[in-house]
Amino acid sequence: MDAIDPLLIARWQFGITTVYHFWMVPLTLGLGPVVAFMQMRWHRTGDDRWYRMTKFWGKLYLINFIMGVATGLVQEFQFGLAWSEYSRFVGDVFGAPLAMEALLAFFIESTFLGLWIFGWGRLPKRIHVACLWIAVAGSIVSAYFIIVANSWMQHPVGVELIDGRPVMVDIWALLGNNTAIAAFTHTIFGALAVGGGFMLGIAWYQLWQRRRDGIDTVDVEGRVIVGEAPEILGRDRADHRVWLSSLRIGAVVAMVAFAGVAVTGDLQAKLMFEQQPLKMAAAEGACHSGTSFSVLSVGNLGSTDCDDVTAIVEIHGALSFLAHGDFTTEIRGINELIPEYQRLYGTHLPDNPLYGERAGQEINYLPIMEVTYWGFRLMIGFGAIAAFAAAVALWLTRKGTVPRSKPLMQLAVLGIAAPFAANSAGWIFTEMGRQPFVVAPNPSGVDGVFMFTAAAVSPGVSFSEMLFSLVALTLVYGVLMVFELKLLIRYVRGGIASALPEMARRDDDDDRPDGRASDDDVLAFAY
Amino acid sequence: MEFLPTLWFVIVAVLWIGYLFLEGFDLGVGMHMLFSAKDEKQKRVMLNAIGPVWDGNEVWLITAGGAMFAAFPFWYASLFSALYIPLVVVLLGLIFRAVAIEYRGKGHTARWRRGWDLALGLGSLVSAFGIGAALALTTTGLPLDANGDRVGGAWAWFTGYAVLGGLAVVGFSLVHGAVFLALKTEGEVRHRARRFVKVALPIGLLPIAGWVLAIQFDTGSAVTWAMTAVAVLAAVVAWFANARGREGWAFMMLGGFILLGAAAIFTAVFPVVLPSTIDSAFDLTVTNASSSDYTLGVMSIVALFGVPLVLAYQGWTYWVFRKRVSPLHIPEAHPVVPAVRQ
Ligand code: HDD
Ligand code: HEM
Ligand code: HEM
Repeated sequence: MDAIDPLLIARWQFGITTVYHFWMVPLTLGLGPVVAFMQMRWHRTGDDRWYRMTKFWGKLYLINFIMGVATGLVQEFQFGLAWSEYSRFVGDVFGAPLAMEALLAFFIESTFLGLWIFGWGRLPKRIHVACLWIAVAGSIVSAYFIIVANSWMQHPVGVELIDGRPVMVDIWALLGNNTAIAAFTHTIFGALAVGGGFMLGIAWYQLWQRRRDGIDTVDVEGRVIVGEAPEILGRDRADHRVWLSSLRIGAVVAMVAFAGVAVTGDLQAKLMFEQQPLKMAAAEGACHSGTSFSVLSVGNLGSTDCDDVTAIVEIHGALSFLAHGDFTTEIRGINELIPEYQRLYGTHLPDNPLYGERAGQEINYLPIMEVTYWGFRLMIGFGAIAAFAAAVALWLTRKGTVPRSKPLMQLAVLGIAAPFAANSAGWIFTEMGRQPFVVAPNPSGVDGVFMFTAAAVSPGVSFSEMLFSLVALTLVYGVLMVFELKLLIRYVRGGIASALPEMARRDDDDDRPDGRASDDDVLAFAY
Repeated sequence: MEFLPTLWFVIVAVLWIGYLFLEGFDLGVGMHMLFSAKDEKQKRVMLNAIGPVWDGNEVWLITAGGAMFAAFPFWYASLFSALYIPLVVVLLGLIFRAVAIEYRGKGHTARWRRGWDLALGLGSLVSAFGIGAALALTTTGLPLDANGDRVGGAWAWFTGYAVLGGLAVVGFSLVHGAVFLALKTEGEVRHRARRFVKVALPIGLLPIAGWVLAIQFDTGSAVTWAMTAVAVLAAVVAWFANARGREGWAFMMLGGFILLGAAAIFTAVFPVVLPSTIDSAFDLTVTNASSSDYTLGVMSIVALFGVPLVLAYQGWTYWVFRKRVSPLHIPEAHPVVPAVRQ
């Protein structure tokens, strides 16, 4: 039966479920603060536009949020299910941030979001918006703790080795891990890029729809003449301002986010040259030590003999700048690093029953180079495209509406995907670049605190069990993605009225026989 | 007995009991969606009764898992990997359930709603069953080797105790869900729920009582027998309270039942957290499965600060939403139509 190593399935499963989870998460993290901001503006100004924006974007936020919750559960259980040996090895350190995340973040998030959803008209306004802010803060805290856990795998700190296992001796070292601080800020900005791009694309679509339907027109100078269409629910004059504001907020958020991502990403890169030099060298396709940053290389990136790789476009000195902030320091290449890794961490997997059939195999320290190399470039590339598009969008809409071009609208909607793709690429790069380690050794840390992925998988779980869960989870995730997209599209096409029942109900209000309770009560029930 | 591991055993037990008590009625309401409502309005009454709180209740499960990982990594690793298939099924159930609650009201065809009702009901059913099986097996044991890994193949966990535990949580949840509906709703849903409890309480609680008694006969002490007796008494009081229309009392008494019953189990098995049915030398105990004192100390401080806070704001949520949900409160579904000129 054991046609395929269960390890391989476990890795695919972790990769698929986590990348999937991280499609929902950045949207939650990116959209949440913006919705809370909108509601606050509504309270401050009393302007109906902000109310509508809160309701509409809040609806999409919730449709997405629940998928984050549902897939997050899998994440929490997965370490014990498929990675029991990992859990035993790192449990003393790694479990703590996960438990803190649950206790200090997930409870807050879920409880206060419930209060927000059902609290419309029932809680005093200030308290109601405070509930959303608290839930959003919970999401951010949750991201922090999970990244503390992940960063410990990238750069283990705050432990001693006792009886062959890392034992935590300094929680503050974990919480203040420089890798975690850099990755956390980078991830938050990455998430804001997602939120910004999402708003931009959808608002563009709405403005374009108004133009297509002949509601908004432009004068000779291209300035917008706002109209209204009373026969279409929600398409009044205020509707135009809703989308224009959303578009501008989204574009600005996306641009600020990209600046933030660049600064914090640079920080991460500098840390990585020290902490995981081989990952960075692989990300560069840098075989030989040198100073140049490759913008484009060709050849057989996957071969371990990296003389097959030819750099086509290189920026001299840029690699040194990325790593050290100057243009001359030599960066060690793969050919120099691999022998060093072999000297430090061995050439073959130990003959330990934990490794099963993998015991004694030769260790390949070079991560899959296509993945690291292209992961890094796709991340930056997609992010840059999104930021550039946001700037262009601001320019094109400076006179109050979008051009009538349909392909341009389609491009704007498609552009929603770019920051998502950048995030996935970044994580795949980070996680696969860490191979063959699941806990990467810390060059300046305690000797012996590292773990090969080959030793991490559950020894007692069989190939067929793993295959069952991989297939089941992937299928279910696929099906749910269809439903999520279907709902998002339905609510987007419905515009503001889709999120505002009172708008839809306006005309059939009087044929209600029952002595229904006050309108506030009606609105509070969401399901 | 070492203090910190013992304290953490208590905390993990409290988290699981809290989970059974709180999510118990969510899961129950989920299952009742399959058969207890007569029309769409009633379904929505039922769903909105758990609406504001179900997600917060589910976090008790995440926290129980996280706390096991942090405080007893060996327990977490052995139990979860040994129960691979049932726990994956639990996860699938919980995924469908969560998504169904949020999505069912957002579509407008009967097919859409029927599909999600099924996802919600069956998802709740398999989750309750799987979690019950897991909890029962952690008290009665699994075939674990010296490393804590399951031997005997993918189905080695499937024993009478697994079924008993599964039925225990399913039965309890059905009763608890109905008691909750009786307490939190108005109109026909409330009356049906009360009638259901009258008939179902004595049968629904039988498996869980069987599990508690099995453990008591095995490792019970005078104290845990006393807890068991009071638990049974509480269940009886709950039945009478329900019959006489004292819904608040019924709910509290059933809560007392699960609290004491589960506490009697956890106390009786202490200090073993996961027995090995192969050799008791391989048993995982509070001491040999736990994290270092430093980690437990850090986590204790976090819990000391975190748990009261959670209890405070979750309590506040229940206060905010204390009103009964009545069909009169439920607005008509409003169809979402494209805002375009046709
Ligand atoms: C919109 C998303 C996005 C964008 C535009 C960027 N990144 Fe990024 N990047 C991520 C989203 C992301 C991420 C998905 O969030 C990662 C994965 C792990 C992490 O901490 O953040 C990541 C990882 C990551 C890492 C790996 C850290 C590790 O392996 O430990 C580096 C070195 C950078 N980034 C550097 C950059 C640089 C120099 C960028 C230039 C603009 C950049 N990123 C843009
Ligand atoms: C959301 C962002 C994340 C993504 C997209 C992601 C992606 C991946 C991928 C693609 C793999 C497979 C790597 C391989 O086998 O070559 C992997 C492995 C893994 N990741 Fe992550 N990961 C993320 C965050 C995390 C976090 C936060 C943790 C820890 C808390 C984590 C822990 C692990 C573990 C334990 C493995 C399995 C061992 C391994 O194959 O290296 N990941 N992840
Ligand atoms: C960098 C990677 C990750 C980040 C930033 C992150 C962040 C978040 C956030 C913000 C949420 C809130 C709900 C939503 O997504 O809409 C969430 C949900 C969740 N995440 Fe992740 N997550 C990551 C990876 C993981 C991993 C590896 C685990 C496993 C321990 C995990 C466990 C969970 C759980 C259990 C939930 C559900 C919480 C609830 O019910 O409220 N996440 N995550």
